[in-house]
Amino acid sequence: MHRHIQLTEQGKLKHFLSTEGLNKSLLTEILDTAESFVGISEHQVKKVPLLRGKTIVNLFFENSTRTRTTFELAATRLSADVLNMNIATSATSKGESLLDTIRNLEAMHVDMFVVRHALSGAAHFIAQHTAPHISVINAGDGQHAHPTQAMLDMFTIRQHKKQFEGLKVAIVGDILHSRVARSQILALNTLGVAEVRVIAPKTLLPAHVRSMGVIPLHDMDEGLSDVDVVIMLRLQKERMNSAFLPSESEFFKCYGLTEAKLQRAKPDAIVMHPGPINRGVEIASSVADGPQSVILQQVSNGIAVRMAVMTMTLGHHGGMA
Amino acid sequence: MLTSSFNIADLLDSLETDIRQQIESRKLNNPLLIGIHSGGAWIAERMHQRLRIAEPLGLMDITFYRDDFSQIGMHPNVKASQLPPRLEGRDIILIDDVFYTGRTIRAALNEIFDYGRPNQVLLAVLIERNGRQIPLQPDCRGVRIDLPDGQRIKLTGPDPLGIDLQTLACAA
Repeated sequence: MHRHIQLTEQGKLKHFLSTEGLNKSLLTEILDTAESFVGISEHQVKKVPLLRGKTIVNLFFENSTRTRTTFELAATRLSADVLNMNIATSATSKGESLLDTIRNLEAMHVDMFVVRHALSGAAHFIAQHTAPHISVINAGDGQHAHPTQAMLDMFTIRQHKKQFEGLKVAIVGDILHSRVARSQILALNTLGVAEVRVIAPKTLLPAHVRSMGVIPLHDMDEGLSDVDVVIMLRLQKERMNSAFLPSESEFFKCYGLTEAKLQRAKPDAIVMHPGPINRGVEIASSVADGPQSVILQQVSNGIAVRMAVMTMTLGHHGGMA
Repeated sequence: MLTSSFNIADLLDSLETDIRQQIESRKLNNPLLIGIHSGGAWIAERMHQRLRIAEPLGLMDITFYRDDFSQIGMHPNVKASQLPPRLEGRDIILIDDVFYTGRTIRAALNEIFDYGRPNQVLLAVLIERNGRQIPLQPDCRGVRIDLPDGQRIKLTGPDPLGIDLQTLACAA
C-alpha cells in the first residue's frame, strides 16, 4: 500500500511518506532537483516564485525546532505561505480528533501538510484521508520513517563521494528506535551502495535486522574498518533510564565516535549526524567539529532537499486535479 | 521562408548589426550580456565574442520562474543562473534564440528584477516568430518569420548551430 499511495498514476511523487517503495530513479530525481535549489540560498533575493500562492501547513504534533525551521525556510524560499500549527496549544488539546483538525484545515484551502507525529503511520493516515489535491510530507513519524532526513543525508553523501556504487556506510547507535536509520538503510540500498553496516549493542538492534539488507556488528573497530561514511545517531536520553543501556559514559566508551576510532575508517571518510548532537555521548567534540565532519552541511542541504520534495509533490497536481 | 534557406552566419551578422545600432541609439553603458539557457546562451556566447565585451557573460535558467509549473511540474537538473550579484542600475542585453509567445522573456525579466533594478533591458533574439501571447517584443533580431500554428522552430547546437523545424503531430 505504501508503494502506491506516494505516487500519482503517472508514477510521479504525490506524497513523500517513506523512502520505502520508491525506486532508484525517483530517489535520484529528488537529489537532482535538490541540486538545482542549492544556489538559491546564496542569492541576494533568497526566493523563487515556484510555489507562489500555495499554502503549506506545518503540522507538528511533536517538537522539533530544526526540522520545522528548515521546512519553513524551504517553503518560504519557494514563495509559499506557511502556517505553523502549534498542536500543543491548538484544538487537538481541546479534544478535537486528528481527522477533524485535517478537515478544518482542508476547508481553509491549504495545499500541503508537513506532518511530524510521535505515532508511526500518522502521516500515512493523513495522506489516506485527506482531499485529493493535498500533498503530505512525512517529517518524522514515531519509529517508522523520516524520509527527508534520509534524503538530505543521501544528498550530502553524493556531494562528497559523487556516486553510491562501491561505498561502505556504517550507521552507529540506537538503530532499534531510529526512524532516521530505517529511512537511511532503505535509501542507501535502493541507491546501490556496496555495504550498509549497523553498529550497536544487541539491545539497540531490531531482532531481524539482517532482513533490512544490513550487516549487524557490535564492535566499533571492526565496524568502522575501511568505511567511506560514518553516520552517528542521536542517543535519546530517555533510553538511558530504561533497560537498554548501562550508562552514558559506558556507551561513549564502546560506541562513541572518537578520533582514535575514526582512524579505522578510510582517511577521506565523512562523519554525519542528524542532530541535535550529544557531545561526549555518541560523538566526541573533536570529531563533531573536526575536518571530516559534514554535520552542518547536512543542515544546509536539508533546505534544498525539502524544497525539492515540495516542488515535486506539488508540481504534478495542476491540470489533473 | 523555409528553414533550409536560413544561413546561421547571416542571421548572427544581422543580429550583431542590430545590437550595435541599439547600443548606440539607446546609449547603453558597459552593457552586460545575459543568455537564456540553453539556445539563448549559445547565441549570447557568439555575440559576446563579436562585441568584444570584457565582462563575463551572464547565464540564466528560467525554470524556477516559468508560469506553467503547476501544469507540467519541474524538470531536475536546472542549471544555476550565473549573474553578477548586483544588477542594480545596469544596462542589460538579454539574449534568446527564438522569440515566440513571450512567456520565457516574462520569466527572465522577473528573475532579473529579483537581482536588482536595472537601468535598461534590451531584448535580442536570433529569430522572432509569430504567436505572441503577452505584450513583449524584441528590440533586436536576426530575422522575423511567420510559421503556421503547430510548427515549432528550435535551435540546435552549440557547435555547429543549426535550425530545426518541427511539425507537432497533434496539430497536423
